[in-house]
Amino acid sequence: MSWVNAAVQGVLLGGLFALFATGLSLAFGVMRFVNLAHGDLAILAAYLAVSTTATLDVDPFVSLLVVVPVMAVAGYLAQRFVFDRTIGPDPLPAILVTFGLGVVIQNLLLEHYSADSRGLDAGAIETRSIRLTDDVAVGWFPLLTLVCAVVVLVALQLVLSRTRAGRAFRATSDDPDTAQLMGIDDRSVHARVMAIAFATVALAGVFLGIRQTFGPAEGPTVLLVGFEAVVIGGLGSLWGTLVGGIVLGVAQAVGNQVDVRYDLLSGVLFGHLLFLAVLAFRPQGLFGRKGRA
Amino acid sequence: MTDPLLEVDGLSAGYGAFQALFGVDLTVAEGETVAVIGANGAGKTTLLRTLAGLVPATGGSVHFAGRDLLGIPAHRRVAAGIALVPEGRRLFPSLTVEENLRVGGHGGRPGPWDVGRVLGVLPVIEPLLPRPAGVLSGGESQAVAIGRALMSNPRLMLLDEASLGLAPVVVRGLYEALPDIIGSGTTVLIVEQDISQALAVADRVVCLLEGRVSLAGTPRTVARDDITAAYFGRVRA
Repeated sequence: MSWVNAAVQGVLLGGLFALFATGLSLAFGVMRFVNLAHGDLAILAAYLAVSTTATLDVDPFVSLLVVVPVMAVAGYLAQRFVFDRTIGPDPLPAILVTFGLGVVIQNLLLEHYSADSRGLDAGAIETRSIRLTDDVAVGWFPLLTLVCAVVVLVALQLVLSRTRAGRAFRATSDDPDTAQLMGIDDRSVHARVMAIAFATVALAGVFLGIRQTFGPAEGPTVLLVGFEAVVIGGLGSLWGTLVGGIVLGVAQAVGNQVDVRYDLLSGVLFGHLLFLAVLAFRPQGLFGRKGRA
Repeated sequence: MTDPLLEVDGLSAGYGAFQALFGVDLTVAEGETVAVIGANGAGKTTLLRTLAGLVPATGGSVHFAGRDLLGIPAHRRVAAGIALVPEGRRLFPSLTVEENLRVGGHGGRPGPWDVGRVLGVLPVIEPLLPRPAGVLSGGESQAVAIGRALMSNPRLMLLDEASLGLAPVVVRGLYEALPDIIGSGTTVLIVEQDISQALAVADRVVCLLEGRVSLAGTPRTVARDDITAAYFGRVRA
């Protein structure tokens, strides 16, 4: 029935939301850094893919081979030379600097690409689907997005929990001063974390561009969805981020279904209401630890 | 005569406008155990944090194994062979005890210390390995903090207020590990408020008073009265 279909589509949409949220979650988890330009970076990546596909005459998936590394390097440099200077006990400098960066990105995109909506054409995969029952069909591309989100988050979680570098990330997150006493260069850790954050948001941005059309001013919407997924899942927890994205996706899809039936309110509003409910009744999020952040 | 392992010359340091150290001189030879004593606020912890590179020096010089440490960041001093066991233990609470030890060996500096050897010297840690470090008692935390510092295979271990807030029996247990650590060739500079404990383990003691060295000598040559005077300051007429 259509409710089941709505829920399934919501889970798939949640994969994209989780990808948006990954970088935010990681940067906040390791260095308590709130990046308000995160959504604009996703849109920037989508435009970079537009240019790459046009210049190299490749499809959007191949353009990821260019866009993701370029964004990762940009993240490394941004952290090293700009963001790191804003990190401290006061969160305001980071918020102001990244807010400003977001405005700069939006205006540069407007200047260079105009205000016209753009899209990325990935060909037949965009419309193909697997029919599960008479009412439920799963699109190949949304499924691919969800699989990518799961793979990225599982891989990150494994790196964090199993490797020497991940241990250094977590130690730096707990106590940057003491991490230095272990021979860990906390600034280098921060830069590598931001490189990963930029890489994941680049992936998310290109997937967004394949899924729907976008314009230069779309970033804040992406940021809002990403933040909601992070907060619903619990700050600083990567599993929480995945679940948060999926819960948010389901809320929106089910909301859309309600909208169609009863013409009450838009599906997006359902997601926001869920977010507010989590903030009100479980402010640490579904997977968050009490007493932290 | 060979150069001392650590040579501190006229060291000044502080936090912002507050100066905590005023021209401190100190030498530590390789293999020697030196205790820094002094009252609260005398600058003992600041001295160790400056040597570790967490507090920038504002004057004077620090040479370690003949190398000038000026401007060398904390994480590179670990690679050179300086490890600080910080005041308050400062374990990583979200990591397990074993992960805390392994993070201590992050730099991969070669030497005799590994998890097995640390457990041999500090057997109290063994049953704690899988536990999160945030739930340990004070004595257990201190043992792990010392083990974590040893994992970096330091030439010089700076031990800050190891006995603070611990029961005497626990302190004795920790200090029993010290001869093994020194026997492995590690030089130890300890900061200790418990004067009798400091005198018992150290080859030399240095007393700080208001950021300056007020007394230096060996436990046998300094008189208790002199220590008291150096510790609290003389009342001048």
